[in-house]
Amino acid sequence: MNNEFNANHLMYLLHGAAWTLGLSAVGFVGGSLLGFVVALGRIAPSRWLRGSVMVYVQLVQGTPLLILMFLAYFGLSIAGLDVSPLVAAGLAMTVYASAYLGEIWRGSLQSVPRTQWEAAECLSFSASQRLFLIIVPQALRIATPPTVGFLVQIVKNTSLASVVGFIELARAGQVINNALFEPFLVFSIMAVLYFALCYPLSLWAHALETRLQVGRRVPLGT
Amino acid sequence: MTDNVPIVRLDRVQKSFGAARVLDGVSFDVQRGEVVAIVGKSGSGKSTALRCIDRLETIDGGQITVCGQSLDSPSLDLRRLRREVGIVFQSYNLFPHLTVMQNVSLALRKVRRKSAAEAATIAQRVLHQVGMADKAQAYPEQLSGGQQQRVAIARSLAMEPQLMLFDEVTSALDPELTGEVLQVMESLARGGMTMILVTHEMAFAAKVANQIIFMHAGRVHEAGGPEILAAPQTPELRRFVGNGL
Amino acid sequence: MSYKFEFASVLAFWPDFLHGTWLTVQLSFLATLLGFLLGTLCAIGRRGHIAWLRRVCGFYVEVIRNTPLLVQIFLFYFGLASVGLPMPATVAALVVLVINVGAYTTEIMRAGFDSVHPGQLEAAECLGLSRPQIYWNVVLQPAMERVYPALTSQFVLLMLATSITSQISAEELTAVANRVQSMTFRAFETYLVVAAFYLVLSFAMRLGFWLLGVVIFPRRRRLGTAL
Repeated sequence: MNNEFNANHLMYLLHGAAWTLGLSAVGFVGGSLLGFVVALGRIAPSRWLRGSVMVYVQLVQGTPLLILMFLAYFGLSIAGLDVSPLVAAGLAMTVYASAYLGEIWRGSLQSVPRTQWEAAECLSFSASQRLFLIIVPQALRIATPPTVGFLVQIVKNTSLASVVGFIELARAGQVINNALFEPFLVFSIMAVLYFALCYPLSLWAHALETRLQVGRRVPLGT
Repeated sequence: MTDNVPIVRLDRVQKSFGAARVLDGVSFDVQRGEVVAIVGKSGSGKSTALRCIDRLETIDGGQITVCGQSLDSPSLDLRRLRREVGIVFQSYNLFPHLTVMQNVSLALRKVRRKSAAEAATIAQRVLHQVGMADKAQAYPEQLSGGQQQRVAIARSLAMEPQLMLFDEVTSALDPELTGEVLQVMESLARGGMTMILVTHEMAFAAKVANQIIFMHAGRVHEAGGPEILAAPQTPELRRFVGNGL
Repeated sequence: MSYKFEFASVLAFWPDFLHGTWLTVQLSFLATLLGFLLGTLCAIGRRGHIAWLRRVCGFYVEVIRNTPLLVQIFLFYFGLASVGLPMPATVAALVVLVINVGAYTTEIMRAGFDSVHPGQLEAAECLGLSRPQIYWNVVLQPAMERVYPALTSQFVLLMLATSITSQISAEELTAVANRVQSMTFRAFETYLVVAAFYLVLSFAMRLGFWLLGVVIFPRRRRLGTAL
């Protein structure tokens, strides 16, 4: 039997890496859309809205992503929907990302100087015009470095999708390891591949930060 | 013989920051017990010269001797030498997380290895000397600029240094607060402390200093007693004095 | 939707959940303590004069921060066992968690150290304090005060991340959940219950850190400035 790590195995891992990127994209796009709603909700005039969105954020941020994955997986099957690991993982990543991105963007919106909000008001813009024409473009600048930084978190956390059976890089590595019993070699290669995906993003986030001189923000995470 | 050895000697000191020549052959002596005021406009190199004396900056040429030791000597124990030199900064640099008493007694305990009780006694004495004894338990952010600067003076004074350096210590203060700091400095001078001050306070310098050094473009243009301010020899000092007073 | 929610069978396992929670708490507590120590020392190393130490610390931080915790755990637990260094899952879990949170803490503490005004370092140097004395007496407390919220958030994230160690069968809360759901066939309810446990733990941790902050930062306590 073929007991050496060879090009086929590497291809399988790279295939998994492609799915990692795919799931990351789903999580990022979904999380961004929902996250934007979250950010707006957190600065909404209605106290009830602000409160409920805050509760949502606290709930998501206080639960391990792994548990969110399980809840999505089993929750979807209870709801009678098709439970593919991709859908479950995608849903979990979207919810997870929405809470964190929402907070990042809320912070960015609130960092835009008060005077800008006031100037827009004095120019008779409506609330939504003020938001989308004046505030958001400026907030985007401030938001970009931490958003890219969080993208790194998303890519790393897709590894948890392996637990609900989604074949991304981490799962691919486990499968190969089960065949070869070379954990040190296989998992090292896996680590290198993740590093290759994440490090450029980290560097980019750091470069953005320096260029925009937005003051040092230290990314937290696991 | 040893009485005439200056406590600080700068000998043709040169220093550049990148391409800019900030000190261009600066020489002067400070005798024990003397009060020397270094004056000049911004960019003349006076603060840099002062900072070099406490080795906060290194020099590119010439020699600086402090308390008999050359600052570029390989056997120099800088930490030990710095115990003998007190320095007070324009921005006070008090430690914000410590009370006034803790600020003053920290180095006494850690560097001079005094016991907590001894340190407290000494701290109490110097705080009284600068008029801040009643604020011993306050934090720096609760004090005005003038009060913080006086605590900073006390902090350096507590170490019983042989020499004290003052780097534009009133420049960051509101005008009504400079008086209390200058008063403390004057009483230190009268008490015989060797002091080198970089200052913009010309009247104070004329009143308190034994020697005034006028620096311009990285060189000592004129040096002498306070009378040089009244009778400037060089056009630069004439212009400077005309503007300042 | 014809699914009937049923929590009783799940909640009957409450002793198991408590045991799992206890291990989660122990792992979190030890990893926080040791990780903070490691992170602080590494931050000092990264700012120091010794070039090779700076590079090693930098390398460590970048590798850990750009690879997933799951991969780190697999590599450590299975990888080391395969080259002749087996160890109990709990020990492996703790070691990996410490190494992982140490890297993130390094960067947080570095930001904290950098935030101390250089003027204070000059003043401390000119008073004759040594480098270790300066770190301990002048830099550490203000730095920690400045980054305390970030530290708190990071260590809460660490606690949540202990769930990943279930993948090497450390018997913490998530592992218990996996076991319970396979016995009750009530997966959704099980994970919902466990999510509630984690939420309580998150809240308790934040409260604990807040209280700790009140104790160790006397200036904040006296002047009433919020942490």
